[in-house]
Formats: sequence, C-alpha cells, structure tokens
Amino acid sequence: MSFIKKSPWIIHYDGTSCNGCDIETLACLTPLYDVERLGVVNTGNPKHADILLVTGSVNEQSAPVLWQIYNQMANPKVVVAIGICALSGGVFKECYNVKGGVDTVLPVDVYVPGCAARPEAIIDGVAKACEILQQKLDHEREKKRTRKAVKNNG
Amino acid sequence: MNILTGIIYLIVAPFAGGLLAGIDRKITARMQGRQGPPILQPFYDVAKLFTKQNAVVNASQNVFIFFYLFFNVFTGFLFFSGQDVLLVTFALTLSGIFLVLCAYTVNSPFSSMGASRELAQIMSYEPAVMLSAVGFYMVKDSFSVAEIVGGNLPNVIYLPGVFAVFLYILTIKLRKSPFDISTSHHAHQEIVKGVTTEISGPSLGIIEITHWYETILIWGFVYLFFGFDSVWSLPIFAVAFVIIFLMEILIDNSSARVKWQGMFKTSWFLTATIAFLNLLVISIFM
Ligand code: SF4
Repeated sequence: MSFIKKSPWIIHYDGTSCNGCDIETLACLTPLYDVERLGVVNTGNPKHADILLVTGSVNEQSAPVLWQIYNQMANPKVVVAIGICALSGGVFKECYNVKGGVDTVLPVDVYVPGCAARPEAIIDGVAKACEILQQKLDHEREKKRTRKAVKNNG
Repeated sequence: MNILTGIIYLIVAPFAGGLLAGIDRKITARMQGRQGPPILQPFYDVAKLFTKQNAVVNASQNVFIFFYLFFNVFTGFLFFSGQDVLLVTFALTLSGIFLVLCAYTVNSPFSSMGASRELAQIMSYEPAVMLSAVGFYMVKDSFSVAEIVGGNLPNVIYLPGVFAVFLYILTIKLRKSPFDISTSHHAHQEIVKGVTTEISGPSLGIIEITHWYETILIWGFVYLFFGFDSVWSLPIFAVAFVIIFLMEILIDNSSARVKWQGMFKTSWFLTATIAFLNLLVISIFM
C-alpha cells in the first residue's frame, strides 16, 4: 500500500505566463474546487513537493530557475505543464527570447492544454500526475529489488 | 500516574497527535467554507514522506533530528509518568534547541531566519512556562506532576492569571497564527517553511511525528491546571479542551502574523504583570 497518491504536494512555478493560467491554478485551492480535500497541499517549497506545476512558456531567464527547482525536488517527482504556453510556447513561441514549451528544459509527464487551462482540467492533470508518481515509485522499488538480488547472487 | 501511563503515552501519543492535526485541518477547512481533507490526512502525508528520497543537506542534521525526537519523547515520558515538572520544562527546551541547531546546520538563509525566530519564540514562552511551574509549587507544595494533579481543587482556581498567560503562549507552542513566525503549517510566507525548509522526505516525516508527540505533551500541560482528586477533573478538562482547541483554530484563521518583537514584548509583558501578580497574591494569602 502506498500513500503517494493520497498526498500529492505541489509547487507552482510561473515561467512567463500572462497570469491567466496562474489564476486558474490558484483557483483550484478556493472553496469551489478545494483540492485540499484530495490531500493536495500547495507547499511553495521544492524540497517538500512531489509535483511541479509550470505555467507559461520558458525563456532564457526562467530556464535555469526552473531547472534549479526541479533538481531540488526529492524523487519520485512529476512535472505538469499547464496551458498552451507551457505546452509549446503558444502565442509567445516566436518571441526572440522564448525557448518554447516546458519540455525544452524538463521532462514533462502531463500536458494540460487550454488558454487558460480550466481548473477542472488542472485537477484532472494533477490526478494523472498522481498515477505517474505511483508508477515511478513502483519502478524505483523494482530497481532497488533488482539491485539487491544481483548483489546477493553475485 | 506511574511508568505505565508513561508507556501508554509513548504508544498512543503519535496517533492522538496525528488525529488532532487532522481534526484541526478539517475544522480549518470548514471555517473557510471548504470541504477539507480526510481526518486521517496527516497520517497519509507522513506515510508518503517515508516513501520519498532522503535528500540530506548536511549529515549532522540527522543527529539533531534524532535528538529532537528523542528528547521530546523522553520529556513526554517523564511528564506522563508523573515526574518533576521542572525537569520536563528543561528537557522540552533542550529538544527545541536541537531543532534550532538542525535548522542552522543546513546553512540556508530561510532556515537560519527560521532558527533565529524559533529562538525568539522559545525566549517568549519560556518565562510563562517557568512561572506556571512555580505557581504549581506554591499551590501544591510540590514539583511532581503526580502531586500537582492531586489535591481538593483544580490549580486553575488559584492560578487564573497564570492560566490566562499560559493560554496566550499556547498559541506560540502550537505554532499557530499570529505566532507561527518560525515555521507555519502553510508555507506561503517570506521565509518559505522556516526551520523545516531544507528538510525533506523521511527526515521531515520524523519531525512531523515529533510535533504530534509534542502536541499531546502540551495538552497534558494544560491538564495540570484542571486536574484534581475527583472523577470530575477529566470531564471538566474535556470541556475546557474543546473550547480552547476551537478558539485556537479560530484565532489561527482570523489573525495575521505579528513580528517577533511584538510576540516577545506582549508575552513578556503579560507574564511580568498578570502571571506575576497572580503569584504575588497567592504568596500573600496562602
Ligand atoms: S495559455 Fe493562455 S492564459 Fe495560459 S499563460 Fe498562456 S496565454 Fe496566458
């Protein structure tokens, strides 16, 4: 039995969003949607978080910050890109400083489309992220078991 | 009160503390018009933390976290097996100091800020705790917990002023707004998560469990004001507990954080006036 699906802690980073997606992300915490009933806590601290929510496209300045946040998170971790900007760069794609979507910097696990992405879609994305977290955890445990078995036999 | 109650505390406290935390979160959510997480959510959180990678910033942090847990549990054991209340307050402070050391050793600016503020918190509540112990001694002529909760009348009748000040610092001890300045249950503040900012995975889980132990110990301390030789002491305490618990949550939800200076000045002022006058009156009339 694993509890990782019951207690997904998130951290939200704003790449270069127009703020539309950010407002929708925070709307998930309001009484209407109340994601805390699913155990979600908006930690604001990469060391405590399991899921990284990124809104907006990534540019030259936000890429290293994003990379830094991702590296500080403890395994297993999942990245969710929210909004068209985070998926591909969206309307900002052609800008001279914009790299494109979040996947130009980090391995993205869940894509939540929309401009702005609706709170329902974001919650759905987080639910998907929980499943992937579980998979990653199982995978890690499998790896550990294999390593132990190899050690014992060799 | 004997070794047996101490052992019961060791086993039951983490469950009771976690449950209280869950009920707290539920009531908080309801006050904000939300549905809130399940009551068992704190247990899910800690169980999850133990499945995460243990990213240790500085190896000595593990030692400090261990002693933080150890002295907290040790203090609780002393308290619930009816030992000396002075020893209890000192050992509890020692455990708090280990948390501060842990926060300093990871060398992060947020953590260091949190550690300084944690020290300010300890400084703010310690005199009131000491005066409570002195008050118990003046009333019951003993520092032993087992004798303090005996007698014909509950201590709160003799020590209403001390109790009022103790309620004030209870908010600091329970890390509730407006005094959650060193670390908060909600990380959205200027020093992120304060003392626990750099601690992740299983280490954070251990700190959570220590908090649960500490919560039960603190409520045990509140019981010292209500316990006396009668079957009525528990029901009276139960009513007082529910009222104080709800008031704490209400204050937590309806107040903004203060600066550490504000916390320090008010708690020392109240201790030096109300609690001290209370003791003065007792020393004259008893
Ligand atoms: S997807 Fe739309 S709403 Fe979201 S950040 Fe981009 S432009 Fe703004």
